[in-house]
Amino acid sequence: MAFQMPDGWELVVGLEVHVELNTATKMFSASPVDFAGEPNTRVFPLDAGLPGTLPVINGRAVEAAARLGLAINCGVAERCVMHRKNYFYPDLPKGYQISQYDVPLCHDGWLDLDVEDYDDIVRVRIERLHMEEDTGKSTHVGGAGRLHGADASMIDYNRAGIPLLEIVSRPDIHDPAVAMAYVREVQAIVKALGVSDAKLEEGSMRCDANVSVNRVGATEFGTRREIKNVNSIRSVGRAIAYEAFAQIDEIEAGATIVQETRHWDEAKGVTSTLRRKETVADYRYFPDPDLVAIVSVPEWVDGLRASLPELPRVTRDRITAMGVASPQAVSMVGGDEMLGWFDAGVAAGADPRTLANWITGDVVGQLGQAGLTETESGLTGAHLAELVGMVDGGALSTKMAKDVLVGVIESRGAKSPSEVAQERGLEQMSDTGALQAIVDDVIARNPAVVEKIRGGADKAIGALVGQVMGATRGQANPGMVNDLLRAAIDG
Amino acid sequence: MSQLTARSAHDLLAAMAAGDVTAVEVTQAHLDRIAAVDGDGSGDRDVHAFLQVTGEAALAKAADVDARRAGGESVGALAGVPIAVKDVVVTEGIPTTCGSKILQGWVPPYDATLVARLKAADAIIVGKTNMDEFAMGSSNENSAYGNVRNPWDLGRVPGGSSGGSAAAVAAGMAPLAIGTDTGGSIRQPAALCGIVGGKPTYGAVSRYGLIAFASSLDQAGPFARTVADAALLQRVIAGHDPLDSTSIPEPSRDLLAGIESGVAGMRLGVVRELQGEGYEPGVEASFNAALDRFRDLGAEIIEVSLPHAPYGLPAYYLVAPSECSSNLAKFDGVRFGLRVDAATTEEMMAATRAAGFGAEVKRRIMIGTHALSSGYYDAYYAQASRVRTLIADDFRAAFGQVDALVSPTSPSVAFPHDSKTADPIAMYLNDVATVPASLAGTPAISIPCGLAVAPDGTDPLPVGLQIMAPLHRDEVMYRVARAFEASLGFDPTPAGAHALAMA
Amino acid sequence: MALSEDEVRHVGMLARIALTDAEVADLAPQLSKILQYAEQVGEVADAGNVEPTVHPYPLQNVFRDDVPGQPLDREALLSQGPDVDDHRFVVPQIVAEEG
Repeated sequence: MAFQMPDGWELVVGLEVHVELNTATKMFSASPVDFAGEPNTRVFPLDAGLPGTLPVINGRAVEAAARLGLAINCGVAERCVMHRKNYFYPDLPKGYQISQYDVPLCHDGWLDLDVEDYDDIVRVRIERLHMEEDTGKSTHVGGAGRLHGADASMIDYNRAGIPLLEIVSRPDIHDPAVAMAYVREVQAIVKALGVSDAKLEEGSMRCDANVSVNRVGATEFGTRREIKNVNSIRSVGRAIAYEAFAQIDEIEAGATIVQETRHWDEAKGVTSTLRRKETVADYRYFPDPDLVAIVSVPEWVDGLRASLPELPRVTRDRITAMGVASPQAVSMVGGDEMLGWFDAGVAAGADPRTLANWITGDVVGQLGQAGLTETESGLTGAHLAELVGMVDGGALSTKMAKDVLVGVIESRGAKSPSEVAQERGLEQMSDTGALQAIVDDVIARNPAVVEKIRGGADKAIGALVGQVMGATRGQANPGMVNDLLRAAIDG
Repeated sequence: MSQLTARSAHDLLAAMAAGDVTAVEVTQAHLDRIAAVDGDGSGDRDVHAFLQVTGEAALAKAADVDARRAGGESVGALAGVPIAVKDVVVTEGIPTTCGSKILQGWVPPYDATLVARLKAADAIIVGKTNMDEFAMGSSNENSAYGNVRNPWDLGRVPGGSSGGSAAAVAAGMAPLAIGTDTGGSIRQPAALCGIVGGKPTYGAVSRYGLIAFASSLDQAGPFARTVADAALLQRVIAGHDPLDSTSIPEPSRDLLAGIESGVAGMRLGVVRELQGEGYEPGVEASFNAALDRFRDLGAEIIEVSLPHAPYGLPAYYLVAPSECSSNLAKFDGVRFGLRVDAATTEEMMAATRAAGFGAEVKRRIMIGTHALSSGYYDAYYAQASRVRTLIADDFRAAFGQVDALVSPTSPSVAFPHDSKTADPIAMYLNDVATVPASLAGTPAISIPCGLAVAPDGTDPLPVGLQIMAPLHRDEVMYRVARAFEASLGFDPTPAGAHALAMA
Repeated sequence: MALSEDEVRHVGMLARIALTDAEVADLAPQLSKILQYAEQVGEVADAGNVEPTVHPYPLQNVFRDDVPGQPLDREALLSQGPDVDDHRFVVPQIVAEEG
């Protein structure tokens, strides 16, 4: 059901998204970042804030930041520096965070979003993307593990110093659905670039929402409140919607909205005060004297831009042009392996629409039931192309194919669909004469694919194997089929 | 064999290479000297230069050097030479306090880069020296562990903040020492103690492992009794370090190669703003005599101006405290060092820092915090940083006219303990001549240029001559210094009624 | 410009240094005097035309390759801690979130 502000009210939202990079080392130290479970085992002297230590910028992190900035249409600063943001907190080992202040690495970008129920593209402008470092992790003891009411806290510095990119949008968002689409798009872009896992649930991507409301016709925005602890796309939408109505209720009851940070509780579906700030924090920013300027020459920027991979918007358009429905395209582009399966499967000869149906339908369903991630499944595009071919060719009914899929997943991709079909009690057909006839027939009916294979696209033979298997109701010896096809193609 | 503790590092190296004496003998002689005169500050004749003496490790290293040399292996450039290291430098396994209570008992798990280089050169680290707390001071009266006494007059200060290192070398406890210089903390104690002290070009020596006071100003450098020794030590510790982003990538020219070239035909600039009012008459007289000596050696003396030099000290007292207020935030009682328990973390941090920091450190942290704070940043830190550019421009312009600049190092000779502690500004003024080169990053060295009687005293005390060279032309200052030293023949042995006994 | 005692207390809070009333009373005139001395930089009129200097020696683009090194031995790290439990550094109740 689409969100709607009550009559006479407007919603204004700005989003701050943090992306934790997947570089091999931290932002300023050569500590490995491999998410070892044991606390305080991934700490260099700098990460513990030991006296005498110095930061050195991770060049790969800068590159990742610039690439992401370019991918979200930002300009890259000709010259920028790192600043110190000074404050005291136990998980901040140096007593300051190295970040960027007045001149971020990237500035003035935008994202164009397809949002359900919106006829036109919604553009959300991006103010900046800058580089900074993550803090350590505090575990609070007592007080139900929350900060408030805790007796003590325990600090692990493994996370301290991991590179973080902060993307700040302009307050162009007026609908929770747009906010969700924005976060999804950032996530998809980050994954396409391969610079982060970008998982909100795990913290490799974080989202804070700044929300304010104002009456229609007001000359200024209302006072905003910041919402933290938004740990899923769904929470983004729910939290913003809740906060919008909460603020309206408070204003209509005569209260004034005060700038504060609020905590979103997903289980209860409410925001509550985290802390009230009477005074704005004074971070005493100044350029970090331990680090020197970052100067971006046009050749470097152009080179990065030229090397950007296909971005999600383009990918989605490419897929829908093949006849695939838009929501399926969105889903596959947003996945971890699905896009790769789709592209490989199509290259292997599978019909795009059928393939997309299988991927976004049965495959997703079965992975969910088995509790596996896309990567853990071991599935490949070739597997799926073969499966689709076997169904298309009539060898397997859709129901049988679903069983075969289960088997492939159970083997974590070690077994192909035809191997599983064979195992599950379908007899092999080894009569070379009869097989040859079928092989010849399949070859005659697929001149385009044969050409592709002759042109070097070896994997495309999968679809032909599938058709032969189909004609034999999955009972032909796959190895023999392969040999016969090869012989026929190679002449 | 003449007294080992009076010999230069070059002499000792030659003697050991020739087999006249072993590294163990040299080390033992210096450890004996330390034991005889250093004390712990409680005696009124204690120099108290050292906070930590690492006798066992030193003798073990010396024995190793002797064994390797005997076995025909090559040994490092400082093999067997004792060296004292200012306690602001991180040394693995050796307690490092920075002269502060807040780091009492802290044992670092890593070595500073310069320490690694000293070890690779087979130098014998005999201990960590006393200093003004967190390198803030000009008299070594701000140490949490007690004052250092000037070997030339035990009732007077050795200068600071590297007072311990300077006193150690002047008193014959080591021929070499490492100090750090942020606004003059090597040069000024060298001047007051009658020895050589150099501040390399900013970035020439790695800051990795230097506990930071003011990051854009701190430099580690050499103390020695001869110019050649100082140059040798700087050569060993200097060089690009990938662990320090501000480290200069290009190597400097060889510091020793042309050191005997003399000054005939060179143009030396006398800085108009760094003399006159505020400088003791004895210092001025000594300085003028030095200029005459340079003329006799064939140099041309030209008066030059660094018009913004008078703003150096005010700018320094905004830049340095600002950077230190941030650098010292890591001392919060959480991961190392002192902790004063309290009910909340906020209270714990505030109580820890109140108990752990001395008065001068607190003052500078507060000045710096204020200077960076909202509403004040532009008028204070940013403005001071702009003045810094003007000072650097002044130096560049001056070096367009002359090859090197000269001035007195300090406006005064050594002063009595407690005579300047009441007024912070009076203490800060000790650095009026050294601070401009710090702000510009240019290399500068202090060498003894004579003796003068203090206005309040009767015994002659050392006067320092400061020589400044263009950025990354450290070899120029060593060459000019060597020419002067060879001509003057200053005896660095402390002498006078109140001096330390040297025999 | 002189610092009032309230301003001194505020700076003490920002700097996390606990100050007694006596210390605040002492520090206000001391810090004021130092600031007044340092404020001379404001007299430099031609400073408006120049860029600030942070580094005396001009360097840019100093980066490190993304190659992991050996982390600190955990015991070496934790053994320095004033209060350590379950391999973590322990601190008392945290009141403010940050700032």
